[in-house]
Amino acid sequence: MVIPTGKEIRMEKKEVLVLRDILGTNKKIAAEIRKKLRSKGILSVNLMSSPGSGKTTLLESLAGRFRGRFRMAVIEGDIETEFDAERIRAKGIPTWQITTGGACHLEAKMVGKVLAEIPADLDFLFIENVGNLVCPASYDLGESLRFVLLSSPEGDDKPKKYPEAFLSSHVLVLTKVDLIPHLPFDPSRARREALETNPSLEVFEVSALTGQGMGVLEAFLLSALEKLRSGHA
Amino acid sequence: MHEMSLVTDLFEILEEKARDEKALRVTAVVLRVGRLSGVVPELLETAFDTFKKGTIASRAELRIEVVSLKVRCRSCGKESMTDEPVFVCPWCASPSLEIVEGQELMFQRMEIEKDD
Repeated sequence: MVIPTGKEIRMEKKEVLVLRDILGTNKKIAAEIRKKLRSKGILSVNLMSSPGSGKTTLLESLAGRFRGRFRMAVIEGDIETEFDAERIRAKGIPTWQITTGGACHLEAKMVGKVLAEIPADLDFLFIENVGNLVCPASYDLGESLRFVLLSSPEGDDKPKKYPEAFLSSHVLVLTKVDLIPHLPFDPSRARREALETNPSLEVFEVSALTGQGMGVLEAFLLSALEKLRSGHA
Repeated sequence: MHEMSLVTDLFEILEEKARDEKALRVTAVVLRVGRLSGVVPELLETAFDTFKKGTIASRAELRIEVVSLKVRCRSCGKESMTDEPVFVCPWCASPSLEIVEGQELMFQRMEIEKDD
């Protein structure tokens, strides 16, 4: 029989200051990725949107436009399947699929794992995030530019309803604008409310299927690449 | 719903700190969660209570201080607080605001028990 001596219950209670950002580890890995990609002169773009907004179709269109002129690679983030990666590979683009197995977003460490396999002589690295307009906004992936896509069928009220995604992005791409005549979608409202949330957003209107607006978006990407390489980004 | 990933990261910090402090157990965890951090406090609590089982924090209580949105106007320079994500300065009606507070996900402090 053990007789309590009282020693084991003489416990000191203490308050410990922590003051650490919960996302700090992700931010640190992201900063390393960004530095590595920039030093190689690669412009990295993180594409965020709801499922079905046209991220993969936009990349297919860019792949066609860049063919023979610029080198791009793609990291595809999905919960399951390699469907998207197969679509991009069919365009002759080197593509890495990350299946998150349930997670609703990509994290910097997932991108870090595939980075070593990515060719060093690229111009553009596109990271297609998991389709979700909420969670991906919290995770820096080491991108130079963050795109948020909003397709006309989703509705023009999304910037106010999902402010984090619009707040944290550099670029808003309104997609499927060829469908606007058939929809109660007001592109000027979407644009205005997105800019009220984040006044520094660059806004583009495109249809990746018809090619409308794609030239302007392409020119923007090329000028961003030039700025990155001249050290002004 | 990325609260489970956040709690995984939270526990990495918690376990590191508990080791440094030679804690026997962690009894409370205090977070500051911004109104616009993309996190739902209730879901964070559920994730925390699931994750803590069998850890040094198995009986810890999670306290969340929700941080309201604080914005500074780029035009008039005045700061204002708001509970809703409105993006117009209440002083001069300018839409050009920058967020000062309300996006954080900060592990503030914890309470531990250790040997005397």
